[in-house]
Amino acid sequence: MKKRKYISGEKIFQVIDILFLVMLCIVIILPVFSMVMTSFLTDAEIARRGGFIFIPEKFDFSAYLMLWKSRSNIMRAYGNTLFVVIVGTALNLAVTIGLAYGLSRPYLKGKTAITVFIFITMLFGGGLVPSFLLVKSLGLMNSLWALILPGMVGSWNMFVMRNFFKSIPSSLEEAATIDGANNFQILTQVVLPLSKASIATIGLFYAVGHWNSWFGAMIYINDASKLPMQNILRNIMASANGISDLASEGLESLSAAPPTRAIQSACVIVTMLPILFVYPFIQKYFVKGVMVGSVKG
Amino acid sequence: MNKNKRSLWYYLKKDRLIYIMMLPGLLYYLIFHYLPMIGIIIAFKDYKPYWGLKGIFTSEWVGLKHFNKFFRSMYFGRLLKNTLLISIYGLIFGFPLPIILALFINELKSLRFKKTVQTISYLPHFLSAVIVVGIIRNIVSADGGLINGIISAFGGKPIPFLQKPEWFRTIYVVSGIWQGIGWSSIIYLAAMSGIDQELYDAAKVDGGGVFKRMWHITLSGIAPVVSIQLVLNIGHLLSVGREKILLLYSPQTYSTADVISTYVYREGLINQNYSFSTAVGLFNSLVGIVMVLGSNYIAKRMGQEGIW
Repeated sequence: MKKRKYISGEKIFQVIDILFLVMLCIVIILPVFSMVMTSFLTDAEIARRGGFIFIPEKFDFSAYLMLWKSRSNIMRAYGNTLFVVIVGTALNLAVTIGLAYGLSRPYLKGKTAITVFIFITMLFGGGLVPSFLLVKSLGLMNSLWALILPGMVGSWNMFVMRNFFKSIPSSLEEAATIDGANNFQILTQVVLPLSKASIATIGLFYAVGHWNSWFGAMIYINDASKLPMQNILRNIMASANGISDLASEGLESLSAAPPTRAIQSACVIVTMLPILFVYPFIQKYFVKGVMVGSVKG
Repeated sequence: MNKNKRSLWYYLKKDRLIYIMMLPGLLYYLIFHYLPMIGIIIAFKDYKPYWGLKGIFTSEWVGLKHFNKFFRSMYFGRLLKNTLLISIYGLIFGFPLPIILALFINELKSLRFKKTVQTISYLPHFLSAVIVVGIIRNIVSADGGLINGIISAFGGKPIPFLQKPEWFRTIYVVSGIWQGIGWSSIIYLAAMSGIDQELYDAAKVDGGGVFKRMWHITLSGIAPVVSIQLVLNIGHLLSVGREKILLLYSPQTYSTADVISTYVYREGLINQNYSFSTAVGLFNSLVGIVMVLGSNYIAKRMGQEGIW
C-alpha cells in the first residue's frame, strides 16, 4: 500500500515537472516568436485590427523583400562580420595556443612570472579611455583590425586551454623527444591532434564572441561601409534614419512600405538566423567548455 | 652570479622554440593591457584630447581634482545606487532561478525531453546584446508589443515601458534572467551529476518523497557549489556591463539606468572629458578589485579551486 502511494506521487511529480518545463520553454521562445510575427505585419492590418497582433491574418513578406532588394548593404556588413570572425578566431587560436602550450610545460623557466603577468590583467586594466587612446595612436581607427587585435587573447580561454594541455600525459612528449622531435613538432604532431575537441570549444567561444560584438565597431569605426552586421542592426533599431540608410533602394521599389517595426523585426531575424542554424551543432562544445572551466580541467 | 646568468641563458636557448611561440601572446598583453595602464596617469592630470599622445606625459598634474569632482557631484550617489541596485536585484531574482531550473531538469526521467529543455533554455545566451535589446524593444513596445497587448486585453492602458525610469530595472533584470537562466543552470547540473547515485537509491528504500529527496540529497549535494557561486557573484556587484544598458537606456531613463560603466563611456568618448572619465573608471576598478579579491579569497577558503 505504502509502496504504491509512493510510486504514484513520483508519477504526479513527473507530470508537474514536465508541465513546468514546457511552460518555461514557451516563455523563453515567446519573445522570439512574437518578433517573427511582427516582421510579417502590414500597416493595413495594423489599421484594421489595432495595435497588438499576435498572429497576423496574412503573412506579408515585404519587410524581407525590402531587405533582399538592399542586400548589397547587408552582404557587405556580413562580409565585414565574417572577416572579423574568421581572421579574428584564427589569430585568437594561434596566439592562445602558443601561450597555453608554453605555460603547460612544467619545466619552463619563468612560467610563474608569466602567469602572474597575465593574471594581473584579468583584475585590472587601463579602462575605456586609455584603451581607446592606444587603439587610436596605433593608427587602427576605422580599421577592422581594431576589432581583432585588442582582444587577441581571452585570459580565461587561455587558462582553460592550458589545463587541457596539462592533462595530456607527459610520456607522449618524452617519447617524441627521444625520437628527435623539437618543441614545435611536439605541439603540432602530438599535443594538437589530441586536443581537437578542446580547440574547437575555445575556437567557438571566440567566434561567437566576434559574431556578437558591436561595441568595438561603434567606437572605432566611422565608415559605414566597414560596419559589421550587429552595428547595422543597432542603427536600424536606433532610428528611422538607420532604415533609410540601409534600404533606400529597397524602400523605393515597394508600393507600400512595411511598418517600421516589421522592418526592425525582420532585420533582427536576419541577424539571428545564422546563430540559430549553427547553434544545435555547436551547443555541446560550449557546455563542455563551461564544465571544464568551472569544475577545473 | 655569473653561473646563474648563464643558466638562465641556457634555459632560454634550450626552450627557445617555446618562448618564440609565446612571444606574440606576451607582446599582446604588453601592448594592449600594460600600455593602457600607463595611460591611467591622465586621471591625475588635465589632459585634452587634441594634445595627442605626447600630451599624456606633458600635461599638468592636478592630483585628485577629478576624483574630488566626481565624489562631490550629484552623479556619484546616483551611479553607485543604480549600479548596486541593478546588481542586487539581478542577484536576488536571478541567482535562485537557475538552481530551481537545474533541480527540475535533474528530476526528469525522459532523457530526450531533458535534452530539448536544455537546448531551448541555453539558446538566448548565444544571442548578441543588440539582438536581445531588439527583442526587448519589440515585446515591451507601447505600439503593439506583446506585453502591452496582454495589458490591453485585460482592459489596462498601454505603458511606454522604455520611457519610464521606474520600469528600467525590471526590464533589465527580467531580460537578464531570460537570457541567462538556462546557461547558469549548467554548472549546477554538472554538480548534481556528481552526486552519488547510491544516496538516491537509499532514499527510495527509506520511502522519502520527491521534495525530501530534492532538499536532502540534491540541494545539500550542490550546496558548496551554490555558496561559492553566490560569493563570486557578490564580488562582481560593482561591475555592471555597459553594453546592454547603452542599447536600452535613453536620457528619459538615465535616473535609474545610468551606471558607472555607462557614465564612463558618455563622459569619456562622447563628452571627451578624458581625464575625468578615466578617474571615474579607475575608482570603479579599484573598488571592484577589492571586492573580487575578497570574494575569491572567501571562495577559496570554502574549497573552490580556481583555474590558475
